[in-house]
Amino acid sequence: MTLNVKERRNKTGTVLVATGEINSETSGALLQALLPLVREGKPLRIDLTAVTYVSSAGLRTLLVVYREAQHAGVAVTLYGVSEEVRFVMSATGFLDFFETGEAVAAAAKAKAKAAR
Amino acid sequence: MTETRSEQVLRVDAYPTHEVGGYRVRAGKPFPFGANVVPGGVSFSVFSDQATSMTLVIYQRGEADPMAELEFPEEFRTGSVFAMTVFGLDHENIEYGYRADGPYDPVTGHRFDARQVLSDPYARLIAGRDVWGVEPDRSRGYQYRSRVCLQDFDWGDDTPLGIPAEDLVVYETHVRGFTRHPSSQVTAPGTFAGLREKIPYLKELGINCIELLPVFEFDESDNPRTNPETGEQLFDYWGYNTVSFFAPKAGYAATGRYGMQGDEFRTLIKDLHAAGIEVILDVVFNHTAEGNEQGPTISFKGLDNATYYMLTPEGYYFNFSGTGNTVNCNHPVVRNYVLDCLRHWVADYHIDGFRFDLAAILGRALDGTPLPNPPLLELLAYDPVLRHTKLIAEAWDAGGLYEVGNFPAYGRWAEWNGKYRDTVRRWLKGDSGVTGELATRIAGSPDLYSSRGTAASVNFLTAHDGFTLADLVSYNDKHNGANGENNNDGANDNNSWNCGAEGPTQDPAINALRTRQMKNALAILFTSQGIPMLLAGDEVARSQQGNNNTYCQDNELSWFDWDQVDDNAELLRFTREMIAFRGRHRELRSTAHPTGQVREHLGLPDISWHGERAWQPDWSDGSRLLAVARCGTGDDDVVYVAMNSHWESHDLELPALPGGRSWHLFADTGAAAPHDIRTPGTEQELDNAGKYLIGPRSVVILVGRTNDPGDRDDLDTP
Repeated sequence: MTLNVKERRNKTGTVLVATGEINSETSGALLQALLPLVREGKPLRIDLTAVTYVSSAGLRTLLVVYREAQHAGVAVTLYGVSEEVRFVMSATGFLDFFETGEAVAAAAKAKAKAAR
Repeated sequence: MTETRSEQVLRVDAYPTHEVGGYRVRAGKPFPFGANVVPGGVSFSVFSDQATSMTLVIYQRGEADPMAELEFPEEFRTGSVFAMTVFGLDHENIEYGYRADGPYDPVTGHRFDARQVLSDPYARLIAGRDVWGVEPDRSRGYQYRSRVCLQDFDWGDDTPLGIPAEDLVVYETHVRGFTRHPSSQVTAPGTFAGLREKIPYLKELGINCIELLPVFEFDESDNPRTNPETGEQLFDYWGYNTVSFFAPKAGYAATGRYGMQGDEFRTLIKDLHAAGIEVILDVVFNHTAEGNEQGPTISFKGLDNATYYMLTPEGYYFNFSGTGNTVNCNHPVVRNYVLDCLRHWVADYHIDGFRFDLAAILGRALDGTPLPNPPLLELLAYDPVLRHTKLIAEAWDAGGLYEVGNFPAYGRWAEWNGKYRDTVRRWLKGDSGVTGELATRIAGSPDLYSSRGTAASVNFLTAHDGFTLADLVSYNDKHNGANGENNNDGANDNNSWNCGAEGPTQDPAINALRTRQMKNALAILFTSQGIPMLLAGDEVARSQQGNNNTYCQDNELSWFDWDQVDDNAELLRFTREMIAFRGRHRELRSTAHPTGQVREHLGLPDISWHGERAWQPDWSDGSRLLAVARCGTGDDDVVYVAMNSHWESHDLELPALPGGRSWHLFADTGAAAPHDIRTPGTEQELDNAGKYLIGPRSVVILVGRTNDPGDRDDLDTP
């Protein structure tokens, strides 16, 4: 299984869309794609909607990206985390490190409600 | 440009020097043992003293046949250690093992068989039993497959908690049984992740230490028996039959099928620590799952049988564990293995302490005789990495060595106090001639631990091995028919009493008495000096229907039924308040045994004994009433605990209190709920200051204090 990555830039930052599996074979390429984006210093969103499986090595790669981003002061958000991947990330504690799109959307909604 | 941490440093040892079986390799580093990811490859290191050759066997994950068999070149052997780095391996997608060749001569202790693929004793992950209860493919030649993993968990600022031993309240539970019942309503029942969801319950209960039955990889399907009543398969549910000592049990992880059990377990520990709860592991170094001559060859037998096991002069296995074999714990190589293992769990899993199953075996010499100064126990006591972990011995073994009170402690070891259990049980059922020993036990067993302090005594009334608290007051005899051993298994000396009917009854008087007896037990446990240990579920009257040996029962006999949290809310509340009360009263947790010395500021001794008349305890054989008053060194409260195991009521004369203090009622197990117990700090002042009527088979707890909260400095929650 391969992993395809595409970048998309917009006003608020960069979106990296991943498709496939993130495992020990594909995570090296993902890391190489993500690190330059982190270095650009703009908010980074990783869209995992089309990612079917994230292995232990894959989760570690995402956490390395998070630590790099933290070091550079860049916000990283995960989007489109499937139920299965979310379950694995939750059970193994990796989810605790990340902002996820769903959580960000919920927070924005709560903020908007409070402002009213 | 932003500096990154992913840039590689070039290293000389990142380059191969040899080729073996088509793989690029170089000599590995002997230490650390096991499989370790190094630049460009994986370094494998394994010990065998008598092997003539060693072969590394590598599989694609899940495949039946190996993808490579790489014999260690002679120059890759250092001493008796075979070490090789193999380059270009996808560490996440391989499994590995060893073939050790050498003499097969059981009389001299050697059982080498190069046809067998052996697990690595240092494997940090094991594949093959990834999901609990799934019937394994036994046709595969290699069942328990070693896996490579990274040790890079992100702990943040977590460290072992270092709660003083005397402040612990231990909760003994089983990872699977705690949430496997459908009523648990957790996302992943029966797993580390499921247990993590129940942390709020544990926190609310007030315990600050969880002791887990074995979590090292074992094979739940290694029990050949079936339930004679239902025909259902029986399991090795408890797991005291270790397959691999460095690997967390995959079947206890919701993510075990992905090989992420290590991360899942660490996440549980991290969150327990964040909730102020320590984690103690029940570890089993006395034997292994390899059994005796008829048992399977998994790892040690094939790698170095004569080193790892105690053998008779004829080459048979000594059996001090009652399970077929006995680990040769005081052999210099084996004791280092035990040390490495425990260091691994402390350093890589942040474990706070260990309870050693049948620990008396750890004090036996290579020939089985007890050692006066066992090197393993000393080594563990002084090890720098283990320096602040709790070490708790089950100070007896199946070979008849009983060392409660005499376990070689080196100032570090605590013990499960079996004498506490037996004495308090006998008292509860109303035996005569127990009052004197009861006093000794609740005062921290100074007869056993005079030089070691009260925290050397882990006080318990029930544990996984035996009756639950509800069954202790509901059965005179064990009812182990479901285990398929004709009720011959399990302990016979239970000191239990059924309160008038064997098993469940509709008789309200009997049920009321059972509830009171459970409260009596909890009241005595949590006001005794020493570390209290509660068996999970006892706080909600969990029953095993009289089965006192549920090692094989992976079903509702063993599981925690969460509906009982509501059904037995009265007992749960009682337990919570008792735990909270203990936390508020330092004098109950004093590390020093009480001496009877008078506290100058109060004019009362640190401990004093009373009977129906104040200051006049009745130590006669027929006495079933004893009261104890304790006061600490500060300006704190006086705690008075009266225990009546008699079937009659008694009028208690209360000792007079100094300094404007008066007696306040905290608990009376003879009163109907909600008047059986109060929230600590809200105790009700007695109307009659000098007297109290204690009911039949009841415990009364009073606090002698002023009514002005401003005068009080006892609010001392650990």
